[in-house]
Amino acid sequence: MQLTQEELEIFNGEKGPVMQKLMQTIVRFGDCFGAKKLVNLDGPMHLVNTTAMAGLDSIYDILDQLIEAGFKTKQPFTTDPWPMDMVNIKTTDEERAEFLRIYEPQERYLKQLLALGLINEEAFSCACYLPQIGNIPKEGQRLAWAESSAVVYVNSVLGARTNRNSAYIELFCNILGKAPEFGLLKDENRKAPWLVDIQTSKKPNGQVLGSVIGRKVVEDVPYIIGLDRFLTDISDFDTQDYLKDLGAAAASNGAVGLFHVENVTPEALRYGRKLLLDDYQTFVVTDQVIEDTVVSYPVLWNNKDDTPVLCLIGCPHLSLNQVNYWYHQIEKELNNRNMKSLAVQTVLLTAKPVISEFKKNPDDFEKLSAFGVTLSNTCPIMYMNNPLCASRPVITNSNKARTYSTSRFFEDSELLDIIVSGKIKGGKNE
Amino acid sequence: MSKSFKGRVIINGKLTGNALVTHQGFNICATYFRGITVKSPLCWDQNNKDLYQKTLNDKILCLPKGIGSTTGGMFLQCAADNGIAPLAMLYSEHVDSVSVAGIIISDVWNDKKIITVDELGDEFLSMVQDGDKITIEEDGTVIVE
Repeated sequence: MQLTQEELEIFNGEKGPVMQKLMQTIVRFGDCFGAKKLVNLDGPMHLVNTTAMAGLDSIYDILDQLIEAGFKTKQPFTTDPWPMDMVNIKTTDEERAEFLRIYEPQERYLKQLLALGLINEEAFSCACYLPQIGNIPKEGQRLAWAESSAVVYVNSVLGARTNRNSAYIELFCNILGKAPEFGLLKDENRKAPWLVDIQTSKKPNGQVLGSVIGRKVVEDVPYIIGLDRFLTDISDFDTQDYLKDLGAAAASNGAVGLFHVENVTPEALRYGRKLLLDDYQTFVVTDQVIEDTVVSYPVLWNNKDDTPVLCLIGCPHLSLNQVNYWYHQIEKELNNRNMKSLAVQTVLLTAKPVISEFKKNPDDFEKLSAFGVTLSNTCPIMYMNNPLCASRPVITNSNKARTYSTSRFFEDSELLDIIVSGKIKGGKNE
Repeated sequence: MSKSFKGRVIINGKLTGNALVTHQGFNICATYFRGITVKSPLCWDQNNKDLYQKTLNDKILCLPKGIGSTTGGMFLQCAADNGIAPLAMLYSEHVDSVSVAGIIISDVWNDKKIITVDELGDEFLSMVQDGDKITIEEDGTVIVE
């Protein structure tokens, strides 16, 4: 990599040993991908890891070195959800003790994040680009982000540019204010080696379609056709939510950092099929492909015939539009069945500012609470990291949460039926 | 019959050990997330039939590339710090940005090396099998016996 004189001085240790290690990390990382130079970052920052766990001690030692050397990010940042919520999710004494054991370094880590540039203690969400949080990159801005669901969203839906950086590479780059120029920062790498042709008879579940695409293309860029039949334009909240969930599933079931949807996403609108590489491959998604994929998800409960005790909805965090969707769906289904509350404890996961916005209509919040639904700003994966929680039969509609925990996946309509009835259709306890 | 392959050196080193092979992407976050707090050397990724519940820290991991959530690099770095990372990582494809970050941070900041060679090619991954004896040379030569 060709470094400027100033960059070279940092690399050689003239700005101190900590900055030298930071620069050496970034340069060696960029060298692996053939980066020729560092480029200035001109957009906001989001940090992927909010969770401090036993076993990650070497991370906290690195952060201490950065803080002691006086470094912080060029711009203040948001970060992923807080890993615990023992108020809005019913927690036993044993579970509480286990949470406090696993996440013991959490307070130390929070202080470190604040010292390094965390905006405030409200800024915890994987979906930091939601309007209520407002960490929204602009089209064309160069970023160094790492949260996989946010990376794929800001690249695909907002047209900003970031690689799928690993945790702390993003922090290092944002302290330096520069990133190695390779991958999705460059025009040529935003082209698609895959044409994904959606030939399903109805709108596929976004969480499942994302999983199908991620498993097939792994880290490549897909250009998706046939999906525009089911979507409106990108300014529509339903479309944004659908693409948010699709991207998160593609990023966790594979390693997708950017997708294009014909006639919908900004670069597809601008360049159309010119975004396809000359030697692209085609992958056709049929109803059967979708069905086979859902069947392939393993059930990791201790007893597959258990009755679910908890439902976690919102990974990535729900938008306000999605919170309202679930509120109205639950209300309608309870009314249809002449019921007052859900049979399964249900948690809608979203950011604090979204919860505050929803609470501006106190009648809605009161009704939602009466249904047995709580709002929480935690992360379902971090919740399920508690082995006592992981041993319980938990259900979700999130493909990312399914991938990283023992929670069992159901599509929205089936999930709704289960949380209202308390039973899984076709299960032994029906 | 042994066969030799040549790849690109990411972290150099000389090592002989036994292979553990995954033919699908190695999801580092899913592998370590449930085990890191108790320093478990097992793979906890239920979606990886090749690796699930197998011990990683006494093996040379042969993989196409890393996949999954971008906290993966952090987990790999900390796995190395806790002695539960693979002895070496041999990629048939180009390294991914998640796993290689953990490997580099571990080397630069913790002085703990996971010997790493990438771009060994499809033939390497199709030939190597669990338990095969592997010798890695400093120059990125990998001999499978």
